[in-house]
Amino acid sequence: MSHDGAPLLAVDNLQAWYAESKALHGMSFEVRQGELLTLIGRNGAGKTTTLRSVMGIVRRRTGSIRLAGEELTGLRTYQIARKGIAYCPEERAIFASLSVRENLALPPVLRTGGLSDDELMSAFPNLRARAGSGGTKLSGGEQQMLAIARILRTGSRFLLLDEPSEGLAPVIVKEIGQLILRLKARGFTILLVEQNLRFARSVADRHVVVENGRVVDTLTTAELDAGMARVKSYLGV
Amino acid sequence: MSNISTQLLFGQLLIGLINGSFYAMLSMGLAIIFGLMNVVNFAHGAQYMLGAFAAWILLNHFGISYWGALLIAPVVVALFGLVMERLVLKPLQNLDHLYSLLATYSVTLIVEGLVRHQYGSTGMPYESPLPGGINLGFMFLPWYRLLVLVFSLVTCIGTWLLIEHTKLGAYLRAANENPNMVESFGINVPRMITLTYAFGVGLAGLSGVMAAPIYQVSPSMGSSIMIVIFAVVVIGGMGSIIGAVATGYLLGLLEAITKVFYPQGASMVIFVVMIVALIARPNGIFSAREKTS
Repeated sequence: MSHDGAPLLAVDNLQAWYAESKALHGMSFEVRQGELLTLIGRNGAGKTTTLRSVMGIVRRRTGSIRLAGEELTGLRTYQIARKGIAYCPEERAIFASLSVRENLALPPVLRTGGLSDDELMSAFPNLRARAGSGGTKLSGGEQQMLAIARILRTGSRFLLLDEPSEGLAPVIVKEIGQLILRLKARGFTILLVEQNLRFARSVADRHVVVENGRVVDTLTTAELDAGMARVKSYLGV
Repeated sequence: MSNISTQLLFGQLLIGLINGSFYAMLSMGLAIIFGLMNVVNFAHGAQYMLGAFAAWILLNHFGISYWGALLIAPVVVALFGLVMERLVLKPLQNLDHLYSLLATYSVTLIVEGLVRHQYGSTGMPYESPLPGGINLGFMFLPWYRLLVLVFSLVTCIGTWLLIEHTKLGAYLRAANENPNMVESFGINVPRMITLTYAFGVGLAGLSGVMAAPIYQVSPSMGSSIMIVIFAVVVIGGMGSIIGAVATGYLLGLLEAITKVFYPQGASMVIFVVMIVALIARPNGIFSAREKTS
């Protein structure tokens, strides 16, 4: 599947800091409309920081982040979300004080095209069965499903997913992978942070390798297969 | 026990419930502010005092009755809170909690100093808007105190319902756990924080208006109740709204019962409970919810 044309997200020379500690040293990459791009790299390479910087959660950042040509770096997180980006963090951030139903209904509908409560419950039958339970009483896989389901409500068509496979059993990872592929087939653009190379390979169109807060390589899945030894050396596996 | 008259016991219990009503309303505001902002709002007592003074000024300078003041004064005090949040607390939001605690304490000293300079230290009376009362046989119940009890219960239950059973309340509870995540849903969390602070401060102002006819309207009325309010919030569980309300009423009653059976201990019993609670349940009897990771 080709994804030609102007990028939906263009990150250029992005630098970011946590207090005085510099975490990104000039990240540059593009995500095209309808594409599924992964950021892969070792722990601490800067993948999560990149997503948090795009989302404005890491506020001290320079460079350029453009969504459909519109600069995001001067905006606050809620303003960025309203531009059409939804974020699912690594820790899932399920609210312990809210039930599954409340967690699911929490994000407001920001634009048309989001899934209704009924559609979400139909798409995630496990969540329907556990709707009255506390959000953090779910299994890890169910929490991950909830975290992804929740952001589909907003109507945002560009998803930032941070390590959705982390800590899950292989059978659940497979389910998450199928869910991500279904979202891609429905036209969502997805920027995925992933350490699980096999998982990344199974879902993504292209892969951006991150090391020490900068991009060191960009590969299609075919190139990834051909140059697996090189990629493994990047990841230290 | 046989020497204690029913009238004395019930009279003290009524006083305990009245004090408990103020403890509950003030500590609820404090718990809401702490829960969402992690700010220990030391200015809460001063804001309560401003509510009472606003009612007094409205009556004596503008001829606005208690009932008008009950609507206007909390809004005025909430606006004061709104400005204070923007000018004082917002610039400190990324620093250690100690900074906002010191800043709000400074605001307390400034506000109290200004009011003392203008109106002096001696308290000023405020006529009860509901004179008279009802003889229940075992005690005399003034109408106004009954009103305070009912109004306080309605305010606490209404606020609890707002927070536990509305979408706005769900946003507040979620932002209490993880504000970045709530903001990433497209919700204007900074504005929500400002309005929540103003709401908590408005509750303090409302309590001040209700206190004006019962206690003297004086610059020190806030600081004298504030230490008890902090004890209530610590015992109930920092950030726990239901804990603050329940503990407020319970400690008001406990204080009153102690006054009947061991008057010398009345002023310290709350702090004894606080020490026991801190040792037995450091997070408070009604511990605040766990936070998301």
